[in-house]
Formats: sequence, C-alpha cells, structure tokens
Amino acid sequence: MNANETDLLIVGAGPAGMAAAVTARSQGLSVRVLDDQPAPGGQIWRAIETVAETPRIARLGEAYRAGADRAAAFRACGALYEPESQLWQIEPGFRAFLTQQGRARSVTARAVILATGAQERPAPFPGWTLPGVLTVGAAQILLKTADSVPTSPVWIAGCGPLPLLYMTQLLAAGGQIAGFLDTTPRGRLGAALRHLPQGLGLLADLAKGLSWSLALRRAGFPIIRHVAELRAEGEGRLESLHYRAEDGREGEVAAEVLLVHEGVVPNIHAPLALGCAVSWHAGQHCYVPDLDSWGETSQPNVFVAGDGAGVGGAEAAEPRGRIAALRVAARLGTLGEGAAESAARPERGRLSRALALRPFLDALYAPRPQVFAPADETLVCRCEEVTAGELRARAVQGRPGPNQIKAFTRAGMGPCQGRQCGYTMAHIIATAQNRPVEEVGFYRIRPPLKPVTLGELASLDEREPAA
Amino acid sequence: MFRKLHDPGAQTVTIFIDGRPVPAELGESVAAVLLRQPEAWCRTTPISESPRAPYCMMGVCFECLVEVDGLASVQGCLTPVRNGMRVARQQGPRSLSA
Amino acid sequence: MSTEAFDVAVVGGGLHGLSAALHLARAGRRVAVIERRWTGRHASGATAAGVRTLGRDIAEIPISLEAMEMWHRITTIVGDPCGFHAHGQLRVAEIAEHMPALLQREAKIRALGYTHEEIIDAAELRRLVPALSPHCVGALVARRDGAADPHRTILAYRRACEAENVAIVENCGVESVDRQGDDWLLVCGQRRFRAPVVVNAAGAWAARLAALFGDEIALGVRASMMIVTERLAPLLAPVVSVVGRALSFKQSDQGTLVIGGGLQGAADLDRERSSVNFAELAKGARAASELFPAVRGVRIARCWTGIEAQTHDHLPVIGASPNAPGLVHAFGFSGHGFQLVPVVGAILTDLVVEGTTRREIAAFAPRRLMQERVAA
Repeated sequence: MNANETDLLIVGAGPAGMAAAVTARSQGLSVRVLDDQPAPGGQIWRAIETVAETPRIARLGEAYRAGADRAAAFRACGALYEPESQLWQIEPGFRAFLTQQGRARSVTARAVILATGAQERPAPFPGWTLPGVLTVGAAQILLKTADSVPTSPVWIAGCGPLPLLYMTQLLAAGGQIAGFLDTTPRGRLGAALRHLPQGLGLLADLAKGLSWSLALRRAGFPIIRHVAELRAEGEGRLESLHYRAEDGREGEVAAEVLLVHEGVVPNIHAPLALGCAVSWHAGQHCYVPDLDSWGETSQPNVFVAGDGAGVGGAEAAEPRGRIAALRVAARLGTLGEGAAESAARPERGRLSRALALRPFLDALYAPRPQVFAPADETLVCRCEEVTAGELRARAVQGRPGPNQIKAFTRAGMGPCQGRQCGYTMAHIIATAQNRPVEEVGFYRIRPPLKPVTLGELASLDEREPAA
Repeated sequence: MFRKLHDPGAQTVTIFIDGRPVPAELGESVAAVLLRQPEAWCRTTPISESPRAPYCMMGVCFECLVEVDGLASVQGCLTPVRNGMRVARQQGPRSLSA
Repeated sequence: MSTEAFDVAVVGGGLHGLSAALHLARAGRRVAVIERRWTGRHASGATAAGVRTLGRDIAEIPISLEAMEMWHRITTIVGDPCGFHAHGQLRVAEIAEHMPALLQREAKIRALGYTHEEIIDAAELRRLVPALSPHCVGALVARRDGAADPHRTILAYRRACEAENVAIVENCGVESVDRQGDDWLLVCGQRRFRAPVVVNAAGAWAARLAALFGDEIALGVRASMMIVTERLAPLLAPVVSVVGRALSFKQSDQGTLVIGGGLQGAADLDRERSSVNFAELAKGARAASELFPAVRGVRIARCWTGIEAQTHDHLPVIGASPNAPGLVHAFGFSGHGFQLVPVVGAILTDLVVEGTTRREIAAFAPRRLMQERVAA
C-alpha cells in the first residue's frame, strides 16, 4: 500500500475521532487522522497532554482530566496521526487534499469519518466585532492552552452549560468576574422539565450543574437574568456594553472583555461540501447530517461522528466514533456484519444514555429569539461586513434564498465562508419571507474548506511527474 | 486584554510582533500571545479597515489572520509559536508589492 | 388550472434570456421569463464576466464589436454600469516562439478591416501590467475590452426587465410542450404558459428543451473552473490571458483575484450540479503563480464551476428553428457568451419582431448542429 493510502481517513482528533481511530485500529484497519490542532483532544480536551503534567489540571475539572487517558490510548493505537494539518477538500473516491507545514498534498482512503465537532453558535449583536468581544469557548481555550485569563474582571453574557463551567474554572484559577448576563429567557425551566427523562444516572449531571451555580452564587458577582439584547461599544476596542432585559430593565457598564455564548452547532461545512444530505434539527436550531444508525451519511462510506452529528457532548461523541468505526470495519471486510452488530450494541447503549438529558438541555438553553433577529445595524457577515439591514432589504425583493443574497451582497464570501453568518442569514430570510427556516436552506459550500494559497495548490501540479 | 497565570520558565521562547520581541510559551498559539499585548487588535479589515482581534480561538471565525514568517493571512489561533517567529499585524487589503 | 398567456415565453433566466426579454418588452411584447431555479443560477452566475472582443472567432467579430459598443453605454441600456471597466484584455506571449501566432492573428483581422486588436512589445506590456513576470515578451491587446461584475449585471438586467413589466417566473421548470392553435403551451408543474413565440435560452439544458419541440441539436457541456482569492490592494487593471496555457487572470472591483481560463471540472446535467477537480485546477494556480510570482502566497477564498452549453465549433446557436414555428434558439455560447449579452437580446428581438435581422448571424444557424435531420 502506498504511503498516501489508508483504509480509513478520520478528520478531527477530538473524542469522536480518537475513539473511532482506536476502534478501527483494533479491527485491523489502517487509519489516518487529520487534525488542525497541534495535539489530540479536540476542543473539550484541548492541550490535555500538556496540562495533565501540571498542577493546573486540578482546576479544570474531572471531565477535562478524563481526556488524558483517551489521548494516551489514541497515541498508542497505531493510527497515522497528522496534527496541524488543514483539510481543504475531499473528492469522491476518496481523495483528500490537505496542507501541513505550508505544503499541500493529497491522500486517499476507502472510507471517511468526519469528526469535526461543533462550533459556538454565532449570535450577532451590534459591536460583536470589536476587539475585546470573544466567545466563552475562546476564553476557555485560552485558559487550557495558554493558562490565560482576562486581565480585568470580565463580563460574560449567554446561556448554556459552557458559561457556567467556564466561570467556575475561571474563579478556581483566580480570575475575576464583573457580572453574568444570563440570556436564558424567562419560563424556560418549566418548559424544559417536560423533557427531563427518568433515571437516576442523570441526577449526577444535574447535581453537577447545580453545584456550579452554587459556587458562582457564592462568588458574589451580579447576575442579571433574562437579558434579551446586547450592544458593545468602543473606539477600536470594547469600552462599554449595554444590555436590556426582557422586562425592559437596561444597564450600561464599562467593560474591557465581554465573553458571549449561545450554545453550539455542528460543523457542517465538510459534510455539505461532500454533498451529504442534511436536515433541520428543530430542538437544536441547526442543520444536522442525515445519518443512519451507524453514522453513515447519504454518501456511501462517508460517516459523521461526534458533535458534528448533532450536539451531544463528549460522552456521546465517543460511542458514535466507535459505532462508525465498527461499520467501516464491516464494510472493508475486517469484521463480520454480525460481530459488528454485537460490538456496537453496548456502544449504542452508552450513546442513548449520553443523549438522554439532551432534549432537556436543548429546551432549557434554546437560543433566545433575538439571536436570530439582530438589529439592522448589526454586522451579520463579519468578513464582508454586511449588515442585517442589507440582508433584510434584499430578502424581500423576490423570494431569494441564501445563495442569491450571497451573490448580491457578498455575505458569506469571505474567508470564514459563512461559518459565522449562515444561520443568521437563513433566519433573516425566513422571517422576511414568512416561511419556516428549515425550508430556506444553507449556503452551497464552495471548496476549499480552508483558504489554501495559490502556491500550495500550484505545488500539486509542479510535483506531478512528467506524463 | 488577557494575562498569563504562570511563569513558563524553561518553556519560554521569544517571538517578534511587528518587530518587537515578546515572550511566549511553547504550546500556545500566536493568537493567545496577541491577546496579551497592549494593542487590542491583530488586523484591520480589507473593506472598512476596522480593527479586529481573535474571536473564536478554534479556527472558524478567521478574525485572527496575521502574517507569520512572511506568509500572510495565517490563522493565528491554529499556529503554535516557535522561537524567533515573526508575526505582523495585517492592515487593510494585502498589498503584494510590499 | 389557468393558463397564463404572453406574446413571448423566454425559457431560461440567465443573462441571454433576460437580455432577450428586455429588448422584446421594449419592442412592445408581453414577455415571461420562465426559469427552473432562479435568475443567473448557472453559467451567468458562475462567469468570470470578461467583456472581450480579443481573439474572437472571425464569425463572431461583427456582433462582438457591436456588443462592445453597447457595453460602453451599458447604463443607458439597463440603468446601471454593471461594474464594467474597459481596462483592456491582453493575450500574453511568454516566449518569443509564441509571438508569430499573435502577429498572424493581428494581420489576419487587419486584412478583414478590423483594428481592435493590436500587438504590443515587452515595454508596453510592462507599462500596462507591472505585476506580470518580466519573462513575458509581448502581447496582443484589445484596449476597449474589459470586465464587468456578473452579479451586478444579472441584477441590472433583472431590474430593467421588471421595469418593462416582464414577468420573471422562478422555480418553474418546463416539463412538456404542446401545440394549441398557433401557440405553444408550456407545462411547468402546476403552471401553464401559452405564447406564439418561445425563446430557448436554456443554456446547458437547451438541447433538452429543443427536443421537446422536435429539434434534435448536438450539444456538449462544459464546467469551467474558477478561483477567487482573498481581497488584495490593487495589483492589475486589465484582464490577462496567456498563449498556450489555460489561464485568465484579473482583479475584481472588490480586490479579489479572479482566475479562470477554461480548465474543466465535472458537470452533471441531471443533478444540476458541477464539481471542482483540484488536481486539474492546480494547473491554473501554477500558471497564475508563474505569470504573477507575487501571488503565490495569496489565499484562495473559493473555487467553483458553472455549467454551460458548448457546441462542437464553439460558436453559439442563434436563430429560428427550422422545424418548430415560433421557436427561436439562443444558447451554446461555449464559455464566451457574457460579452455578447447586450447584442443577442437585440438580435432575438429582430428575429421575433421582423422575422429577420440585418446582423450577421448565418454562422450561428441551428441547422448546422442538426445534420442528421438535414441528411434524412
């Protein structure tokens, strides 16, 4: 076998990708794992190998610590691991194009597992492009990878488990919180409780959530509930922020750093680029790939595992990765169908337990309506600097979809390729045209998935041997 | 905007941001170092030339584009520091004559 | 189920269909544009939007020159400048061996009385395109040529059509065709349109539409790949192509480099999709970085292909069907139809209103692609 060929290509070395790699290797497959980070772990276990050697592991919590064993098992599994490599195209067959250390090349594989995880849901508001406004996830990554915290007491706005977790970790690290603008709408807990499943195993998760809240309350910083609108202001950087709660209460405070978070959504650019069918997930307010019970997409031998398959967290990501890997092994003939089915059974059980609490969390932390309806002056497309007002004006001329408005306004044409504006665009169109958002669709994803240079692409031709 | 909680000691390297030497720790990203500098911004946009800084730290916002060792529009959050690395903030649309 | 009646039904909401509709409406006709997806969905939305007389087939030169005259006053036609800039188009010779072909071309068209193409030496080339690699030795230039903004052009044509009360019907594909008295009946799902005249501007799908009327036309398909880069400060003004390489290179108003040149991706007419082949596209990136060494480090923002029709002689099909009364064809522009958009609408209006045109279109007759039927 050529060095550029493997049975299985896994994209992403987070919980799903690592679990898939370990399983696929144990079934005798050759495996290549591409990841754009310098070390395994994904976002949840970012820098786990480094941090595990230091005392600061203690303040990042047990769930983080668990990543150390996974990374070690992954390192030992015999997969060809290529960190700091950017995948920018997968062509049918499969040929994957990547850039590593400034060099482009292509590799081939018989099956692909996309374990590209999730990103924080873009939640535009006026001023969200100012330096000093970051996501909570970004701040947590800074804590894990650089042991860095905001210099001055930080404002945090948003909803979901991540802000609570980060605030706990920040306080444990000695950081300071200026205040928490909780954007969870009023009445959500009651609505969410209907989704609370039976079963004792989940009480531990709930208790963990409650314990975060208690620790935060003890810290004594202001918590402002049911914040509906935000505005960041400043000359060249964040200087102040203005908030308005559901009941009309308003406030304006000085701020150097504001961290925002409105949940996470699957990374769907790679599956969309491969032509995989996606469907709207009403509970999570995002598109998810159409998958069978093994995680296989509408494109044969292309699988999605982990949060890219629908947000489920690390506990769901690992069984999803193993299930997909078992199916690949069966497809490629190293494992019988029946054996794959038996091996998958306990993993399906783990998956279902991991997902049991999800509808409750989805309902509790569903994004507030303002996330999808930013004020006219808000930059929706950060790259091409297109405002919500411009998109709204276009959306009512005829009945254009996202791709037409993209062509006319350039929203979605910048380097992020719509990763920050796609959902906002879809919701603005849906509202303007009075139709359901799931009917509006998403941008067509143009390759390359990452902005490779002309020289890197050219080098693929320059290295071709003369015919 | 951000500060480091520990002294990296033996892990310390020096990178140059717009020519100025700056300490950094092996394993951290260029974007993490940029966020510790007094200047809040790391680039200005090619359209309105408004200042931007790292936003997502995981490769999906493309706000932390900087020039690294002569290669422009590199995602700073995906680039680990190396000793002697030269980082330049990008202002407005790139000019190829430079 | 009601039937909507028009004087002319234009099938295909690309630029040629919109241009035909605009001119016909101005000639007093009630026109519908029937588009399966949306205006500019395929070739018109995927074009590099070169406005080029340079290097045209001899048969295309008369209409191309007239179209160029129209581009220079495009605002008076569609009410918007369409992002058109006449910074010239050049065909560059990289090596001395490539000059004779350019010199012969210039001599050939001068002998026919045309003066729009001009040979320039290395010094003038350097003055026009300082960013070009110094190894290039000369070029053929058409100074009044240029490029436009494709999306702005689509929007301008669409708005001009709407101002003339053209009915633009999107998400509406023609499924079958019937004869009803002297009219054609176009069946599009739940909707029906009747008109005595039908313009076939269905681009890559034009042969399929023609077949519904009984015209069997041999038509190929192409899916030219394009690269667009991040925004840059101004680098060059003219559009540059190169002898012996698949490269067309220009900078848009936004500052992005737009790199094409006819490298082919894959087209799927049934699924209405096309895809990029990066191993092939690498040749274009290589050509671009060899002609403009400074761009090697420039980042690609996106690549795409657009599906369009291609004839065996690379000339368009413009003319009345020899078989189906009232059917007029306008398709098969084979990768260079954008510049002809203004004039093709005028030609079709001649054909519909007068039944003939003084413009030279004999070489574009549909019959040349219908040999089997002619022989039979």
